[in-house]
Amino acid sequence: MEKKHYERPHIIKLETGMPGKFGMRNDSPPTTHIDGVAVKELVAGYGSPLFVISESTTRSVYRKAYKAFSTRYPKVQFAWSYKTNYLSAVCNIFHQEGSWAEVVSGFEYDKAVANGVDPAKIIFNGPGKSTEDLRKAAENGSLIHIDHLDELYTLTDLTGELTRKPLVAIRVNMDTGIYPMWDRFGFNYENGQAWDAINKIMMSGKLELVGLHTHIGTFIMSAGAYGIAASKLADLALGIKQKFNHDIRYIDMGGGFTSKNTLKGSYLPGSDTNPSFDDYAEAITSALVNSGFKPDNLPLLILETGRALIDEAGYIITTVIANKRLSTGRRATIIDAGVNLLFTSFWYQHPVTPAQGFSQYREENALYGPLCMNIDCVRDSITLPLLNKGEQLVIHYTGAYNLTQWMQFITLRPKVVLIDQDSKTHIIRESESVTSVSGFEKTPDYLNIIK
Amino acid sequence: MNKPLITIGVTGLNAIDSPGPGVAVIRGLREATSFDVRIIGFAYESMEPGIYMHDLIDRTYQIPYPSAGADVLLSRLEYIQSREKLDVIIPNFDAELYSFIKLEDKLLKLGIHMFLPTISQFEERHKVNLSEFGKKYGIEVPLGKAIFDSSEIFALQKDFDFPMMIKGKWYDAYIAYNMEQARTYFNKISAKWGLPVVLQRFVHGTEYNVTGLGDGNGNTVAAVPMRKQFITDKGKAWAGISIDDKKLLAITRQFVSETRWKGAFELEMMKTSDNIYYLMEINPRIPAWVYLAVGVGQNIPEALTNLALGRNVEPFTTYDVGKLFIRYSYDMIVDRSEFEKISVNGEL
Amino acid sequence: MKINENLAISESGFLFNPTTGESFTVNPIGAEIIELLKEGKTDGQITEMLLKTYQIDSQTLQKDLHDFNDILKQHQLLEPNE
Repeated sequence: MEKKHYERPHIIKLETGMPGKFGMRNDSPPTTHIDGVAVKELVAGYGSPLFVISESTTRSVYRKAYKAFSTRYPKVQFAWSYKTNYLSAVCNIFHQEGSWAEVVSGFEYDKAVANGVDPAKIIFNGPGKSTEDLRKAAENGSLIHIDHLDELYTLTDLTGELTRKPLVAIRVNMDTGIYPMWDRFGFNYENGQAWDAINKIMMSGKLELVGLHTHIGTFIMSAGAYGIAASKLADLALGIKQKFNHDIRYIDMGGGFTSKNTLKGSYLPGSDTNPSFDDYAEAITSALVNSGFKPDNLPLLILETGRALIDEAGYIITTVIANKRLSTGRRATIIDAGVNLLFTSFWYQHPVTPAQGFSQYREENALYGPLCMNIDCVRDSITLPLLNKGEQLVIHYTGAYNLTQWMQFITLRPKVVLIDQDSKTHIIRESESVTSVSGFEKTPDYLNIIK
Repeated sequence: MNKPLITIGVTGLNAIDSPGPGVAVIRGLREATSFDVRIIGFAYESMEPGIYMHDLIDRTYQIPYPSAGADVLLSRLEYIQSREKLDVIIPNFDAELYSFIKLEDKLLKLGIHMFLPTISQFEERHKVNLSEFGKKYGIEVPLGKAIFDSSEIFALQKDFDFPMMIKGKWYDAYIAYNMEQARTYFNKISAKWGLPVVLQRFVHGTEYNVTGLGDGNGNTVAAVPMRKQFITDKGKAWAGISIDDKKLLAITRQFVSETRWKGAFELEMMKTSDNIYYLMEINPRIPAWVYLAVGVGQNIPEALTNLALGRNVEPFTTYDVGKLFIRYSYDMIVDRSEFEKISVNGEL
Repeated sequence: MKINENLAISESGFLFNPTTGESFTVNPIGAEIIELLKEGKTDGQITEMLLKTYQIDSQTLQKDLHDFNDILKQHQLLEPNE
């Protein structure tokens, strides 16, 4: 006789308010497959933990975002935010879809060039560009977004040595009614810094002012704030036209759109309450269309959204290492993926689903990663089925920032696999080995002897 | 004449000392003259008294908490719909309204009608936005500001004066008499309900409430004002009386026509000693004391159901003034097996 | 330790303790174990019987049984022998 599937014995006291069997159906169905590939098969082939990127989701989300803007405004350009996820395979999906590159360091700049991006389609942002970075970007005809006056002067000084006039925009910060207001990047709108910087650029005659840029914050839950920001940039552009009879070529609204993730402490899930691409597009394009631009002379609208485009396409597959009970009687589950891979679990409640079917019984758990470090908590409290050691879970919406901010802390980083549109799998980053970490180390001879 | 039989899903069955409106809504529906009803109760918790009131509710299903999200709610409602063939749902909790409004089109495709405010009406009347709301529609509201940092209180104290109200985004309100208290309440509230915290000028006066119904085209279909006669230690009305206050009704009609309010509502008003009416809060749903409105001649649950089904509804023009509602509690005897069924199967 | 013999478990896994008035839900294997405890079976006998019917190794089963017993004690369903 075949033996029955084992589920560990479980008893739970019914309190008033305690959901019964049905209440426990609150969670999502199991994720047995990702894009048609069985999770079990992925783990068997590539190990656990494992980062998975879905090409189909990446492309379809991009197309949805592009459509939201392009149906409302005639000239739209996305620029892929490298810092959100700079695995070359991921960047190139966006470049194939038509995205330019948006970079914030010399390293990211070189990466974009190496990926084959036309330097004229690289936007160079950020407060930390070196003189060498500026020289290279200017000479290549990339779009340099100036963050502060020191950078403006450095670049102006460099023009003597350059063979072409640098193409620049300025980054503008402003009050859009949201909190916190990001005033550490760029030039302030309200106090006149931005207008002052524009005048300095125009008067010097040494730099070509091609655009205006803003980036109002991160995970912005109010689409309306973008409308305010777009109006303020439009005002500046019209001021430039009036005073210098100069047309800027583009307005860059930056990023900061929400993904479907739920911020910690939110009552309703982010997938319900966060604005959609259509909401953001409506706010931004209405503000531009209703401003003083002549219909035949609308500037190009650039968007640098990162998180909202890639978060949904990323998954982490993880395996249960152990079940234990804490001193309070609470259940704790230890899994092999922790905050070293999932930096964003510090601020999101990532959805976590089992990778196999389960009975209707559920238990409240703390979900801990494998690090010997108290901060390693993936979810403070989550209701999960009765998992056995060795079974898998899938963590959702992990595509943004984790593959760039993950830490080589305590342990090595796992493989990253791309599932293509035909459900074929490709390793797009190998797992690390001891030499990928200690290979860079140099130990003085006298410290090589420990006996 | 044969009256049509309508199947209606109702939430808010927690008829406890700080009651949900569900049981009162169902009593109104049971007394409707234009239709007969089958009532399907939707419960979140297994101890909601309405679940066990079999003379009022034909069958009850547990539904997922709003925090589970609209998709999970939808799949549960699809299951319920496959068995019960609902015509109408009347949601009665603030916290669940967002999900139901989001699901309006999908539920309509399943044949389920609702009559709810639009998302923008729902957001606009939110406590955090009340000041803007008052300005936009020309309705007197107490001066208010949403703040993100307790240091803002210092800068704002000359506009607000002490005492001032410190309110949470979702729930909780305190009266602060000095800066020290204001800071303490700010911290207490922000720790519990997050930011922003709302500062509101304190208004002295008498509290009045109006429940009503807007048709979405600016017409007031129903409006009954009430003065609380007796309140519990939680500030809930335990008794109240219907009153005839023309000014209160005029403000209500102004609110409905300016916002083109769709659905039921409750306005919380404060009348000062110099006869100024301030709108303190707008609840985008039927209040728990709605049975008073039914009892004085304006069956709001019935009218709302007819509007949801696209039927023509003549606005109510009168109601009995000077009628009281007095709430009472009642002990039911329930067999363990009933608690078992709702707890284990989520259905009773 | 000894299980409270008055416990009523219904087929749906609803467990009522008439001594304390508390209610619980229990999954099928949990119900099976409680019934075996009521019959007076020892932990050793229970382990042996479950190993025959379920796909599980004895180490994991013993760990889970131990944990289950602790929870039963915590809920006062298992009582010290008199």
